[in-house]
Amino acid sequence: MAVPETESMQDLRQRQPRFSGLESGHRACQGCGQALAARLVTEAAGPDVMIANATGCLEVFTTAWPQSAWRVPWMHSVFENAAAIAAGMEAALKVQGRQSKVLAFGGDGGTFDIGFQALSGMLERNHNVLYVCFDNEAYMNTGIQRSSSTPHAAMTTTSPPGKRRMGKRHLKKDLLSIISAHHIPYAASSSVAYPADIRRKVRRAMAIEGPTFLMIHSPCPLGWGHEGALTIEVARLAVQTGLFPVIELERGTLTDCMPIRELHPVTEYLKLQQRFRHLFAPDDPRATEELEHLQALADYNIDTYGLRGERPDPLDTEGADTVHRGGKVS
Amino acid sequence: MRQALEGSQAVARAVASCRPGVVAAYPITPQTHIVENISKLVADGLCDCEMVSVESEFSAASVVLGAAATGSRAYTATSSQGILLMAEVLYNIAGMRIPLVLTCANRAVSAPISIWNDQQDSMAVRDAGWIQLYCADNQEATDATVQAFRIAERMELPVMVCMDGFVLTHTMEPIDLPDQDQVDGFLPPYHFSRTLDSGHPMTLGGLAGPDYYAEIRHAHHRALLASETEIVSADRDWAELTGRASGGLLAVEGDADAELAVLAIGSVVGTLREAMQEYEGAKAKLIKLRCFRPFPVEALQQACRGVRRLIVLERALSPGGGGILGTEVRAALSELSDPPVVYNYAVGLGGRDVPMDLYPRLLEAVESGQGERFSIFDVELEKLPEEDR
Repeated sequence: MAVPETESMQDLRQRQPRFSGLESGHRACQGCGQALAARLVTEAAGPDVMIANATGCLEVFTTAWPQSAWRVPWMHSVFENAAAIAAGMEAALKVQGRQSKVLAFGGDGGTFDIGFQALSGMLERNHNVLYVCFDNEAYMNTGIQRSSSTPHAAMTTTSPPGKRRMGKRHLKKDLLSIISAHHIPYAASSSVAYPADIRRKVRRAMAIEGPTFLMIHSPCPLGWGHEGALTIEVARLAVQTGLFPVIELERGTLTDCMPIRELHPVTEYLKLQQRFRHLFAPDDPRATEELEHLQALADYNIDTYGLRGERPDPLDTEGADTVHRGGKVS
Repeated sequence: MRQALEGSQAVARAVASCRPGVVAAYPITPQTHIVENISKLVADGLCDCEMVSVESEFSAASVVLGAAATGSRAYTATSSQGILLMAEVLYNIAGMRIPLVLTCANRAVSAPISIWNDQQDSMAVRDAGWIQLYCADNQEATDATVQAFRIAERMELPVMVCMDGFVLTHTMEPIDLPDQDQVDGFLPPYHFSRTLDSGHPMTLGGLAGPDYYAEIRHAHHRALLASETEIVSADRDWAELTGRASGGLLAVEGDADAELAVLAIGSVVGTLREAMQEYEGAKAKLIKLRCFRPFPVEALQQACRGVRRLIVLERALSPGGGGILGTEVRAALSELSDPPVVYNYAVGLGGRDVPMDLYPRLLEAVESGQGERFSIFDVELEKLPEEDR
């Protein structure tokens, strides 16, 4: 549906949060975590945005010409330049005195790997851009190849288990620490299992004049090997086991995290997914060793970020339905 | 007003007079002086634009793409390795029909690494879907810069202005810089029909399946062919305004009835022009090819009517194939009933000097009348081991 020309930007803002920049009817798979996360982000960001999108599933399933699922200005250039395209958009808006907020969307391949340099440059130059990484932990658009975000021991088509391998040999890159080392105003992780948390963090980032970064853990049923109906459950267990810490960092310092009240062992998360099935092979000592390794990684996260806690619920999103931008209430 | 300016400085001033909104660039020899000069103009308040000093040429091309699509006149400049790093984005810019201007300070491509001039870099991206204009001197580079913005914005096509590295970029010449009023009269404020605007949301750069891709490519090809008219009219209108023309698609100098012609692009044209006066005797004409994309087939056929022998000089090659320019010229002329015999030579690769006495040596070489498919004219084979000669 096109936005009626008679409606002013002010009217559109009044309609929030019902407005969604990403319309239904696109071609994402059932249970796609990224499609859900992108909808939640655009709902929270409102209509007065423009998006630079890296190549990937999101671009493919929303745009096949002559159709588009986007109700906000949206542009895709190539795989590795979403951050630089966003920087150019922002520079143009600035010189024209226009007020829209620029968002950049990329998957983990476009963010952790091939688009990493452009992202670092954009953050360093202090562009007023919210970069959102939809992290589904592999190159899913090309058919499930390992990225630097793929977790240790996970099976992908380029990190298959076999007689001499137990899936991916290397660790998941700690991207958030690298992002945070740019000392940008705000960097955070979130999970598609916690929509209110996503909304709160998007609104927080939207209110900041400067570069902000949000990484959203987004299960891919096809790539992870779980039922589409289990997306939320799988995503929640990633958080509740400590394997995917949900945290906030301001100017390089850890300021908050989502506390885990009921801690789950990593096996509860892993056993739901075919990408880890080789870790449950009976009588394979390598499997036992890798499970211990993954539990140790979760324990490390829990310890490093102080994830155990009985603190107030971070999902309490008081005032979440108001968008603040540049310090002004719109 | 005529002033002694370095080529890069003149181009920077010409860019500033076009009132760009966003300039993004990354340093590379021999382009660096252009971006340095624009940075200084911005710092001195003489160019009111957002200057984005990016972390790579890849991002430079991406930033100007994002900016032009968001409604700002945008400009970048690069050379050699930089243009190759940009290559993916250059195709993307053209495919999306984004109007912007890039100066290519022509330089050889590694390996072996060479900072010196030839035209391998812009030739390597000749199929990216950009308009390519080659400048014979710094006045032409200055004038082409302003014309390029008008051509780009009217056609919704990107324009690459190619000027030889060092030979032009680092050379002082008396330059007639256009007045701001002249530029403002020639170049209206930036307008892009598909500007990204949240009031009128639009999707740019979506996926095209096999049912649409060929049609979109066809439209792009047609637009490039149609831009010939715009390139000619921009140069004509500019000449009316300033008294200076650069030759539109191509310019023919010398004896119109000559049966011998030399075709060249870029700064070699100036050397040949002087040489043809210095070494009188042969009746010859000089064809300065200014526009390489679109390739001006009809204008070239017209220029070559009555020509028996045609020397095509270029500063690049397609290894294993031969000349790039020469091959295209041959193909265009093959449609003539009596096409000239073509001698295709590369000269001045990797900054090798192109001296005036090249001309008499060429005249001697073409006396055979047999033609030359392709060779590097000034190669010194004795420097190579026997097996490589």
